[in-house]
Amino acid sequence: MRNIRIIPRLDIKGPNVIKGVHLECLRIVGNPEVLATKYYSEGADEIIYMDIVASLYGRRNLIDIVEKVSEDIFIPLTAGGGVRSLEDINNLLRAGADKVAINSWLIQNPDFVDTSVKLFGSQCIVGSIEAKRMPSGEWMAFYNNGREFSGKDAIKWAKELAGRGIGELLVTSIDQEGTRRGYDYELIAKISSIVDIPVVASGGAGTLQDIEDIIYKGKADAVAIASLFHYNDLKIGEVKKFLNRTAASMSGV
Amino acid sequence: MSSNIFVIDYGIGNLHSVEKAVSYLNAGARVIDKPEGIESARGLILPGVGAFGDGMRLLGERGFVEPLKRYARSGRPLLGICLGMQFLFSHSEEFGAHRGLDLIGGRVVRIGPKKIEDGFNYKVPHIGWNRLILPPEFKPSWENTILDGISENEELYFVHSFTALPDDSSTVLAYTEYGGNLIVAAVKNGNIYGCQFHPEKSRQTGIRILQNFVNIASNYKDAYAISR
Repeated sequence: MRNIRIIPRLDIKGPNVIKGVHLECLRIVGNPEVLATKYYSEGADEIIYMDIVASLYGRRNLIDIVEKVSEDIFIPLTAGGGVRSLEDINNLLRAGADKVAINSWLIQNPDFVDTSVKLFGSQCIVGSIEAKRMPSGEWMAFYNNGREFSGKDAIKWAKELAGRGIGELLVTSIDQEGTRRGYDYELIAKISSIVDIPVVASGGAGTLQDIEDIIYKGKADAVAIASLFHYNDLKIGEVKKFLNRTAASMSGV
Repeated sequence: MSSNIFVIDYGIGNLHSVEKAVSYLNAGARVIDKPEGIESARGLILPGVGAFGDGMRLLGERGFVEPLKRYARSGRPLLGICLGMQFLFSHSEEFGAHRGLDLIGGRVVRIGPKKIEDGFNYKVPHIGWNRLILPPEFKPSWENTILDGISENEELYFVHSFTALPDDSSTVLAYTEYGGNLIVAAVKNGNIYGCQFHPEKSRQTGIRILQNFVNIASNYKDAYAISR
C-alpha cells in the first residue's frame, strides 16, 4: 500500500503560528520553529507553512522562518502565502522550502502556472485551493485566506490547475476548517477522481476516524492536520500507528 | 573544518537545503555558481529541482557542462540528487528531448502507469516516503558506498515525475517500488553517484547518506595525498 503523508499545517501570522475556525477567529497557538521542531521529532512527513497575512505584510517573514527552520529539520517544507512572482518562488526555495503553494496569484493569472512549472518543475508548485460549498451544492474557489470570491468553480479550477501542469493540490475546505467535524469528503473525493496529481486534504480533522475516512473515502494522497496537533489532542505517531493497522486490516494482512 | 565539498548553484533548485544538510554535518559546503576552481573540490554535489531542459540549459549557460565532465573523469566523487541524478544520464524525454551529461549511459522517462490494484491511485509525481530495495539481479554491496549502513526498510523522500533507465542495470545501487513499478532510487558508476530521493529531506537516514558521501570524499582526499 501507499504511504499516506501526515503533514502538520502551520498557519503563520507575524511571529506566531495561529489557528482559526473557517479561516477566521485566529488564536495564537505557538512559535513556528518550536512547533516544527516538535513535529519533526515526532515523525512528521512534511511541514506546511502558510503565511496568511503575507499579502498584507510582504514575504520576508515567511522567508526568515523557512531559512531558520530548514537548518535542522530535514523533511520537506511547503511554504505559501502572498507569492506573486518567479522571484518570490525562487527566494522561498533558496531559503530552504521544497515546494511553494500559491492561490490568489494563480486565480488572477492562470498562465503563471505554466511559466512557474516550466522553470521550477511540476513537483515544486502546489496549487492551493480554498473551497466553500454553495447552497446550490457546488463548491466555489476563494482566495486571500477565504475572504475573496473568485467566481471559479473549485472542481473545474482543480482540473485546470492539473491540466496546466501543477504538481500537487492543497485543498482546504473553508466550511470544515478549524471545526474538527471531519474533512469535506465529497469535495476531496471529487477532485481526487478528476486529477492525476496528488491531493492534500486540509480542514476538519477531528478524530482518527476522520483521517481514515479522508484517505479511503476521500482518496486523499496526504492529509494536512492543524488543530489536532497544535492543541495536543493527537500525536503524529498515534495517527501513523492507527493508519498502519487500518491498512493491514483493509489488505487482509 | 573544510572538507572541500562543493555544491553547484545553477540558478534554480533546492540548493539551500543541500547546503544546510552538509553544514549540519560540520562538513562545510562551498556553493559555486561558476566552474572556476571546480578542480579543487574533493567532492561535488549537483542538486536539483525543476525541469530537465531548463536545468541543463542553465548549467550550460554558466559553463558547467564541460568542467563537470572533466571533474567526473578525474575520479573524484560526484553526487547528483534528484534532477541532478537525472542530469548524469545520456538524455531525457521531459518536455521534449534533451541531452544530459552522459556520465552514465541511459535515459530519463516519465514514470510508467501503475501495475497493481490495491485501491490506491499511484499518481505522478511520485511524492512521499518510500523504501529502498536491493536490486535482485546483481545484489550490489552497499558497503563503502553512499548507502553504507542503510537498511532496505529505511524510508527516503521522493518527489519526481521522471525516472532514470540506465543502459547497464549493474549501475543501479537501489530501487524503490511505486505502483508495482521498480524505480531507480540510487546509482553508482565508479566515482559517480546519484540518488533520485532527497537525502537532505529524508530525516536522519538521509543525513547519514550525505555523511557517507562526505566520508567517501574525505577518503579520496587521503588517497590522493598518498599517491602524490
